[in-house]
Amino acid sequence: MDFGRISRRHLLQGGAALTLGTALGARSALAADTTIGFIYVGSRDDYGYNQAHAAGAAALKKLPGLKVVEEEKVPETDAVEKTMESMINLDGATLLFPTSFGYYNPHMIKMANKFPKLRFEHCGGLWSDKDPKNAGSYFGYIDEAQYISGIVAGYSTKSGKLGFVAAKPIPQVLRNINAFTLGAKLANPKATTQVIFTGDWSMPVKEAEATNSLIDQGVDVLTCHVDGPKTMVENAARRGAMVCGYHVNQSPLAPKAYLTGAEWNWEALYPKFVKMIAAGESIPNFYRGGLKEEIVKVSPYGEAVSAEARKAADDIKAKLTAGTYTIFKGPIVDNKGKTVIAAGTDRAQKDPELEKMDYLVEGVIGATS
Amino acid sequence: MTSEVADPVEAAAISPAADAGFLQRYGGTIEYLLIPGAALVGALGVFGIFVAVFGKSPLDLYFYMYQGAFGTWFSWQNTLTRAAPLILTALCTALPAQLGMVIIGGEGALLIGALAATGAALAMQWAPPLVVQLAMAAAGMIGGGLWIALSGGLRQYRGVNETISSLLLVYIGLAILNHLVEGPMRDPASLNKPSTREIGAANMIGSIPGTDVHWGLAFGIVAAIASYILIYHTVFGFAARVAGGNIRAARIVGLGVGKLIMTICFLAGASAGLAGMVEVAAVQGRTNANLAAGYGFTGILVAFLARQNPLAIIPVAILLGGISASGGLLQRRLGLPDASVQVLQGIIFVFVLASDAVYGRIGFLKGKS
Repeated sequence: MDFGRISRRHLLQGGAALTLGTALGARSALAADTTIGFIYVGSRDDYGYNQAHAAGAAALKKLPGLKVVEEEKVPETDAVEKTMESMINLDGATLLFPTSFGYYNPHMIKMANKFPKLRFEHCGGLWSDKDPKNAGSYFGYIDEAQYISGIVAGYSTKSGKLGFVAAKPIPQVLRNINAFTLGAKLANPKATTQVIFTGDWSMPVKEAEATNSLIDQGVDVLTCHVDGPKTMVENAARRGAMVCGYHVNQSPLAPKAYLTGAEWNWEALYPKFVKMIAAGESIPNFYRGGLKEEIVKVSPYGEAVSAEARKAADDIKAKLTAGTYTIFKGPIVDNKGKTVIAAGTDRAQKDPELEKMDYLVEGVIGATS
Repeated sequence: MTSEVADPVEAAAISPAADAGFLQRYGGTIEYLLIPGAALVGALGVFGIFVAVFGKSPLDLYFYMYQGAFGTWFSWQNTLTRAAPLILTALCTALPAQLGMVIIGGEGALLIGALAATGAALAMQWAPPLVVQLAMAAAGMIGGGLWIALSGGLRQYRGVNETISSLLLVYIGLAILNHLVEGPMRDPASLNKPSTREIGAANMIGSIPGTDVHWGLAFGIVAAIASYILIYHTVFGFAARVAGGNIRAARIVGLGVGKLIMTICFLAGASAGLAGMVEVAAVQGRTNANLAAGYGFTGILVAFLARQNPLAIIPVAILLGGISASGGLLQRRLGLPDASVQVLQGIIFVFVLASDAVYGRIGFLKGKS
């Protein structure tokens, strides 16, 4: 970084950044004008993945002494490295949240090595001992919230046919589909979930086609795992089907059709992170949690949800929040008839085997490849 | 770019004055600098009004644009990094344009080039890095070259419109990439982001010494200069331009049009394929869906703004790289959405296209007294 070419104002900011970096490295309290950078892969108001993070950033803006800078639609290429550097060099950011999965390796790792005194927090990555110590990854067990959605969906469906619009058959998505289906079967053992993979995270046309096709096949409750659930929610509501949301609360898009949804709770987690830094604690490099840790939450129930469904869902939610309930409890059979979790085996929330999930449970109609 | 001046003898006879001679000799060149420059200034002016309508100061806008793109050494590196792939992908459109062909499938050639380069590196893990890197470059160029040659062949031998076929081949290329990355070439350890195995840190080509800018910039500049020499200073290039001017006349004088089309299309695709190789060998270290970042499509814009002149592609790519680099700062400082950068690109595009009408109509540049 060549300070000679920067205007005086930014020289001062850069100087402040260096001081702050040192201060953070020494684990002292946050200075009065800490700058935090947020980077999103899509648009901030997508009613989905990116909006959930932007809501977390907005919660930080309300805290005194924090300045939040944001950049949206940053691709998962070296562009994101330059965005991070630009936030560091030109805005003086000392804590960065690159929020998209593909930002982690190699991009954020490279920047964390280059700026060892600054802190980098990534959503979704799997931090390991080989990665820099000033980098961290956090994520939520949102399958717990999907399980609750599944229970509500199972009680609400009339046809017993549920639909799931999914991006890609990767472990995180499969885990959500499976949890949703297991929840639904708790309410209605005969319920099935028909899944359609669109192939990518943001494919509005395919998502609309998938939604219509599912409804044409008799599906009457839908949910999804794509970056922006808006397309699915609006189309399903227009066709008279009910929906369970994902990422954020989509009830403003479909007030009558919205049953409940699995939401991120970044607005609770991010202030927690900042407080940990201010208190001189270090954020664990590998940070995970579910309903209990308030990293995920369940949307308020819509008016169409019956009292019976509410009671059953609240009951399980209380157990999950208390940490006394296991979703992936054997015996679990996949939809090809193979036992994937043997009887007597409990795969609890943090079980690493669940991170490698490559099957769809019995009751899901669809294939992983 | 040759200008349409009268032959020197006549020029000397009718306008002995030094000034007029200067204009006659260089008027065309000045025109090619002045008109796009004026178009750019006009576009920035209109964008300033656009921004003012949203209640932001246009002066702040220009300051941040300058600062984000060219204001510091870091900003320059940011700009050049973003420009690097665009020079190569722009050549994929500009070279066939000499033959009057509109190829818009650079993105597909980039993806196939990246796949081929990754495949070469993974197959040659035993070889020393320099050999692997050369093999990657060769594989990338051959892969991309054959991809666009396919469009050229369809046009020459089957009469298929090359614009449509090259665009459709982008989607086929992307589908092949996704299929291989999620299937046969997938690294089993890449759980939530299907990717190929890494090519190995030793095989990465790194940055231009003293900068953060990767070698794609140098490759692009060399390729652009070589293309310029090929088109304007060789018999082959002359034949290509003749065929581009009037393909029937070219056939009548006995030029091998088919061979010209296939060679130029191969070179064009090789250029985009090399961009793909650089993205793998300098940025991502492996192939995955991140590679489809739209460099191929932005390259079309660069080529048209450069009026298909290989030399002009270099500054135009740097300009668009700068706009993209400063886009982040506009989001962060002025709170403009990412789409505003696209609005600016659109305005520039319209101004430059409209400015075509002015060529040859500026009286004082014609050297007439």
